[in-house]
Amino acid sequence: MSDFEPTIIAFVCNWCTYTAADLAGTSRLTQPPNVRMIRMMCTGMVDPKYVIKALLEGADAVLISGCHPGDCHYINGNLKARRRVKLLKEILPRFGFDQRRVKLTWIGASEGIDFANTMNELVAEVKELGPNEVRKQMVI
Amino acid sequence: MATTVKIPIKDQNLVSSLQDFFKAMLRDGGINGLMVAQHLPTKNSVMPTLVTDPDKLDTADPLAPVFPINAAKVVSKLTRKPLGGKVAVVLRPCEIRAFIELVKLKQGRVDDVVLIGMDCLGAYSNVQYPDFAGDNGMEATLRFYRNIQEGKGTACDGFDVSPACKACEHPIPENADVLIGLVGVDLKDHLLAKANTPRGEELLENLGLSSTSEPEKRGKEIEKLVTERLSYRDQMFVETSEATADVGKLVSYLGNCVNCYNCRVACPVCYCKECVFLTDVFDHEPSQYLRWAKRKGILKMPTDTVFFHLTRIAHMSTACIGCGQCSNACPNNIPVMELFRTMAHYTQTAFDYVAGRSLEDDPPLSVFREDEFQEVVAKSH
Ligand code: SF4
Ligand code: SF4
Ligand code: FES
Repeated sequence: MSDFEPTIIAFVCNWCTYTAADLAGTSRLTQPPNVRMIRMMCTGMVDPKYVIKALLEGADAVLISGCHPGDCHYINGNLKARRRVKLLKEILPRFGFDQRRVKLTWIGASEGIDFANTMNELVAEVKELGPNEVRKQMVI
Repeated sequence: MATTVKIPIKDQNLVSSLQDFFKAMLRDGGINGLMVAQHLPTKNSVMPTLVTDPDKLDTADPLAPVFPINAAKVVSKLTRKPLGGKVAVVLRPCEIRAFIELVKLKQGRVDDVVLIGMDCLGAYSNVQYPDFAGDNGMEATLRFYRNIQEGKGTACDGFDVSPACKACEHPIPENADVLIGLVGVDLKDHLLAKANTPRGEELLENLGLSSTSEPEKRGKEIEKLVTERLSYRDQMFVETSEATADVGKLVSYLGNCVNCYNCRVACPVCYCKECVFLTDVFDHEPSQYLRWAKRKGILKMPTDTVFFHLTRIAHMSTACIGCGQCSNACPNNIPVMELFRTMAHYTQTAFDYVAGRSLEDDPPLSVFREDEFQEVVAKSH
C-alpha cells in the first residue's frame, strides 16, 4: 500500500510485556520502529486519559499490554486495565475513532517471539486502517 | 406494607402546608436537624439550609422550581464523618441518586441521614429562575403548581424547565426513606408522605397524620410522565450523537468552551478531591506551546479543551445521574448535560449499571472479575 508509517504508542508493564520486548531485542527478532514504548509498573496504572491524550495528539493506535490474568505483579492491575479498555472502546468510537485503534494484549515475560509477532501484526493492521483523522480535525 | 400518610393542604397553600409538616417533623420526628431549600432574604433564589429551630422554616420551599446546586455535594460534607445527630435531608430524586453514588465512592455515609425525596416536576435554570420568581419566590412556586394543576404543564410565564429535567426518567424518588408524592395526588387537599424504610417509618410515626393509600391514578400518571421524558431523552441522544459524531464535530460542539471548569465544579459526581486538570501537569512549559503550534502552524488557546471533556467522560460518565448542573453552571451555554447524559447512557449500558439506583450495585470501575470482557483483549501470537 502507501508509504504511510503509523505511530503507535504502547503502554507496557515492566514485569511482563516490557521484559518480553527486551527478550525480543536480545534475541535479535525484527521489530517495527513504529511502536513507541512507554514502560509502566503495571497496566493498572494506565489512566484512560493517557490513551485519550495519545489519540488526540495524533497517534494512529494505542496498545496496552501486560501480564496474563493471574500473573499481574500487583494481583489484578491487568483486570482493571481490561475494564478501562472496555470503557474506552465504548466511548471513543462514538467520536469517530475506530475501536481497532485501541488494543489490549497479554504478553508474558518469556514470550519474546509473541511480542515481535504481535507488534508486526499491529503495525500491518494500522497501516490498513490508515492515519488517524484527528490529526486533521484537531487544532489541539 | 409501607406507611402512607396525608400531609393536609391548608388555605390552598402547598408551600406553607409543607412548612408546617417540616416544623412538626423537626419537633416530633426524632431528628436533630433538617436540611431543606429556603428562600432566605434574597426571595428570588433558594439554597439548602441546615435547620435546628422549627421557627426558622418560614421561607422553606423545596418545591421551588430551581436548585442552584446539586445538594448531594453538601450532604456529602455533612456525612463524611459521624455527624453527632440525625438529620433529615429534603432532596430531589437526582440529588438522592448523586448522593448514592458519592456514598459508594466513600464520600458520604447514610448512617446519620434520613433521605426525604420529593416527586420532581423539573426546575428552571439558575439564570431564568430569578426572572420567573420576581420578588416573591413562594408565590412563584404556587403559580408553578397552579399552572401544572390546570394542565398547562411546566412551561409558565414564558419559562420552562431545563432540558436535563425534560429528559429525566427518574421523577419519583424511589430510593428515599420518605417519599413526598405529588404526581397523581389531589393537591387541593393533601400531599402524600410514604415511608419506604424503617428509618422513614420512625420519622413519620409521631406526627399524627392520617393514613391513606396511594391514589389509583398515581401509577398511570407516573407512567405517562416517564414515557414523555423517555421520548425527549431518546431524541436528545440521537441529536447529540449526531452533533458529536467525529472529533471535528466535537471541536465545534465545544467551540465556546473557555476551560473555566465550572461544569466540573458543579457536577456532584466529579469526585476527585483535586482535578488533574487543575494541577501543574497542565501548566505546560511555555516552549511546549510553541512546539505544539509549530506542528500545524496554529494552536487554539487555552489548550486541552477537548481532552478535558473526553477525560471527564471517561472518569465519571458511569456515575452521571443526569442532573444537568453542568449545563446550569456553564457561562457559555454549551450543552454539556446533553453530551454527558448521552455518553453516560452508553457507558452505563455497557456495564449494565444505572447510576444512583442502589447502594448494592458496584460502580463499574471499582470491581472487576477474572472472567469478563474477553472480547476487548486481542490475541497475541
Ligand atoms: S455530568 Fe452533568 S448531568 Fe451528569 S451528574 Fe455531572 S452535573 Fe449532573
Ligand atoms: S462550564 Fe462550559 S465553558 Fe466552562 S469548562 Fe465547562 S463546558 Fe467549558
Ligand atoms: S504487573 Fe504486569 S499487568 Fe500488572
